[in-house]
Amino acid sequence: MKRVVITGAGTINALGRNVDQTLAAMREGRCGISELEFRDVERLSIRIGGQVKGYNPETAFNRQQLALYDRFTQFALLSAREAVAQSGLTFHGELADCSGVVLGTSGGGLTTQDDNYRSVYEEGKNRVHPFVVPKLMNNAAASHVSMEMNLRGPTFTVATACASSNHAMGMAFQMVRSGMCSVMLTGGSESMLCFGGVKAWEGLRVMSKDGCRPFSANRNGMVQGEGAGVFVFEEYEHAKARGAEILCEVAGFAMTSDASDIVMPSKQGAARAISGALRDAGMAREEVGYINAHGTGTAANDKTECAAVADALGPQSDRVMISSTKAMHGHCIGGTGAVELLACIMALREGVIAPTINHEEPDAECALDVVPNEAREAEVSAVLSNAFAFGGLNAVLALRRA
Amino acid sequence: MSDTTVREKVIAILAEQAMLEPSDVTMDSSPEDLGIDSLGLVESIFAIEEAFDISIPFNANEPDQSDFDISSVATIVAGIKTLIAEQADA
Repeated sequence: MKRVVITGAGTINALGRNVDQTLAAMREGRCGISELEFRDVERLSIRIGGQVKGYNPETAFNRQQLALYDRFTQFALLSAREAVAQSGLTFHGELADCSGVVLGTSGGGLTTQDDNYRSVYEEGKNRVHPFVVPKLMNNAAASHVSMEMNLRGPTFTVATACASSNHAMGMAFQMVRSGMCSVMLTGGSESMLCFGGVKAWEGLRVMSKDGCRPFSANRNGMVQGEGAGVFVFEEYEHAKARGAEILCEVAGFAMTSDASDIVMPSKQGAARAISGALRDAGMAREEVGYINAHGTGTAANDKTECAAVADALGPQSDRVMISSTKAMHGHCIGGTGAVELLACIMALREGVIAPTINHEEPDAECALDVVPNEAREAEVSAVLSNAFAFGGLNAVLALRRA
Repeated sequence: MSDTTVREKVIAILAEQAMLEPSDVTMDSSPEDLGIDSLGLVESIFAIEEAFDISIPFNANEPDQSDFDISSVATIVAGIKTLIAEQADA
């Protein structure tokens, strides 16, 4: 089996327009959640989110491109450009043929759907723009990344709700590890912050009106975010031969299904995914210094996740640091695991653990070291990144310092 | 709307959710007694909102902290009456 390393990273999210800005915000424990701004927001009862503000797509894309790029595709392309630039790779010939793209998303071009349903149902129009379908389809982002970067190998989209990005990165990892591909661009992208997108979430009654407070006893729900993260996963010898800077190693991955409930999480399913990732990575529990939690800030997720970590890590759970960066950037749904992987890379490369901000009251059911409110300096050599989706689908990545 | 109508409608909604006969739903039953889980509860609240054209402040993360008391059929009926009165004034 080949070894897999990360040689490039890119992002856009409520905390920043690139990796440097995002990591700076995570170090400072800055909150990117604010009042939502879009049409009909006054008809919502939930009006906060981790929205990318002051973003002008025309500075990055021309008119013809914008006719085809939903906001989630734009986010994916901006992140991919940053990641590929950092990696120093260009794709042509044989390398292009054996390199591809796997991206996660949950809603795909939801904003495009929302705008066009409004136009035909509410405004009674009988004609829509010719590119509605290619703009809204879930694989649009992956396809446009493959076109812009000339990646001609396996390219597809994974949609497993809140675990989409982790499943996508797990697939990309396995494809490079098996020798099927030399390089994969992977991660995820999401942009559901529109009237219909938030209205649907509102219905489930799990959203907070006032803030995301993971692991805090006074938490009262999740807050949605938007954004993307894209990484260059590269076969280790390939990266070494060209003298690439290695950000970290992807060491293992596991996925499980709870097979129990469509929305309530299960401790066993999550614990099996964590243990599976350790086993796949050949990583001892004692090695794990940091876990980027799924940590949504709902009553159910946070206590179940803490119990699962305690089960899977045993005594090491008293020593491990675990934080949820969702309190800062919001829950980026199908893109969230990718944005959160940045906190894992920061822990491994810079020895800085991103905090769980808005932690106001300890909860006896979340009695782990959740790195409350302030970032912490700590040497860690191995980390995990958790994602647990509606549908009971769990995906956990294990990473090691380069 | 008369008290009896509110009560009968609520019992009908909860009975349908719990797959029981309305006669099996008593005023002191809790949603849990009726076998209604958290997802069923959210669905019942939606059905009540639709039936009475009211908006119920309910967050599944803190069901006990809501102003709307869902501990029994009786408290739900009382809460609905208050909301009907309040939201008619609004």
